[in-house]
Amino acid sequence: MRKNVPLFFSPAIILVLLFVVYPILQTLYLSFLSSSGQFVGLNNYSEILSRKAILDLEGFPKGPPLGALIHNAIWILIHLPLSMFSGLALAIVLRDVKGSSIIKSIVFLGMVTPLIVGGIILQYTFTERFGIITAFFDILGVEELSTTWTARANTALFALIFGSVWLWTGFSMIIYSAGLATIPKEYYEAAKIDGTGPLKMFRRITFPLLRPLHIVVITMTILYDLKIFDIVFVATFGGPGNASKVLAFEMWLQAFRFLNFNGAAVIATLLTLLTLVVTIPMIKYTVSR
Amino acid sequence: MKIDKTTIVLHIVAWFFAVVWILPFLGVFMAAIRPFSEILRGWWIVDPFDLRATFNPSINSFIEAWTDPVYPLSRGLLNSFIVTIPSTIIPLFVAALAGYGFARFSFRIKTYLFTTIVLMMALPQQSVVVPLFQIMVRFRLVDNYLSLVLVHSAWGLPWIILFMRNFFSTLPIEVEEAAKVDGASDFKIFYKIVLPMSLPALASVVVLQFMWVWNDFFLAKVFIYEESMLLATQRVEFVGRELFRVNWGVLSAASIIVMIVPIVIFVLLQKYYVRGMIGWTIKG
Repeated sequence: MRKNVPLFFSPAIILVLLFVVYPILQTLYLSFLSSSGQFVGLNNYSEILSRKAILDLEGFPKGPPLGALIHNAIWILIHLPLSMFSGLALAIVLRDVKGSSIIKSIVFLGMVTPLIVGGIILQYTFTERFGIITAFFDILGVEELSTTWTARANTALFALIFGSVWLWTGFSMIIYSAGLATIPKEYYEAAKIDGTGPLKMFRRITFPLLRPLHIVVITMTILYDLKIFDIVFVATFGGPGNASKVLAFEMWLQAFRFLNFNGAAVIATLLTLLTLVVTIPMIKYTVSR
Repeated sequence: MKIDKTTIVLHIVAWFFAVVWILPFLGVFMAAIRPFSEILRGWWIVDPFDLRATFNPSINSFIEAWTDPVYPLSRGLLNSFIVTIPSTIIPLFVAALAGYGFARFSFRIKTYLFTTIVLMMALPQQSVVVPLFQIMVRFRLVDNYLSLVLVHSAWGLPWIILFMRNFFSTLPIEVEEAAKVDGASDFKIFYKIVLPMSLPALASVVVLQFMWVWNDFFLAKVFIYEESMLLATQRVEFVGRELFRVNWGVLSAASIIVMIVPIVIFVLLQKYYVRGMIGWTIKG
């Protein structure tokens, strides 16, 4: 080993050990302790998972509240395809559109806006009389969707999810735009000579060649959905009732509202495990190159 | 350019997206510049013959948010700068060192170390805040910006290390080898030769890390409670919230004040931002 190796790595390693590695292990440890510090095995886990705020299967036929765990899953199921495909569609369309750099900047605005502000804007947009979406449904005569979305149990979660699509689509658009620029034009020219239509070109050339980027976009989007906190906090505070709670929010609530550090540690550990599982495909790809 | 049907459709689709995407921003902007009485039926209604919907733009809401008696945004912006600047510079240098180490040195546990660092990019901050809060309480660092700066610095490291390592790997190694033949130490090579060659990459790191720290709400919420110390993002939770209603004018003005900083940086340094975003996630 060269003598200078420690000099280059030690500041980073010290910071990471103190503020990332140690507290994660401590969180894991706390999740097995009772509030008085006794080892209780998996008791906290069964206690937390049996809470309605985390898992509420009775709500299933009706809709939210279904518990934070299910809400995060619904979030991924709606948000991932919507933001991924609108980003990809935009990236493809904008190659041949005049003023594309302006459109890109507009769509990307959501990515640079603080999420807490994004939450306020989406709340405003979904507020009765004030917001443009509720007004739109009012004109259409859909009474149920013309009242404040964030104040009703069966719409609050969806207002947040659609808001997050609006905020996050810029990410996949930018990534796919960069990826599209790397596909050689000759592929398309050759396909054209063979008489291939645009849809087939997309299925046979564009989509498969973007495969590494799909991994990136899918992974980062799921991570974003698992960590979602700010917009929930500011737009609905998890409500009404439990109707828009998510794991990251419920973790904060347990820790810093109810001072239930052990319960919060359980939720944090579950969240950590989920993010690690999601990241494995991307790690393989990142480290291997 | 030959105008055909496809071109027209593409333009309509693209600009439709753009209009839909900008409407919410336009909404808060209008809410911020119009008197509250004008936006009660919607910010888009402008009718010169209706007293409730005439268009009288003013900056009153901005002044109210900026000088709020309890949560002035002026103080919030200052506080955010105080936290964000060191939280950008510290990880920049610490991670550049480590990133260089990963790009140029070889040692036994390098792959494991690198995989661990990359894995850390995925972790949620929720996974550390309970123990960190307890530590900060013990060391009396709650309501002290040092806690935020340290945690932000540590959490910025993984992505900056990855980004800088990818960048350093693309630099020609010959210059560094020539310097080594002349007897320069690794550290001297790093800061005399490598860092100056890396200014564009460092600029990308500054832009992205600055924005993430500025936009952070969660860590600030965990570590800062004292009213006068609240950061800009924490203040929009309180400004414009009246007892029985939300004063959307003041709240919108506050929101714009908080987001204007990252937006200005993005507009001015877009090239570095996009490069950082792409270099960190997809390219070597």
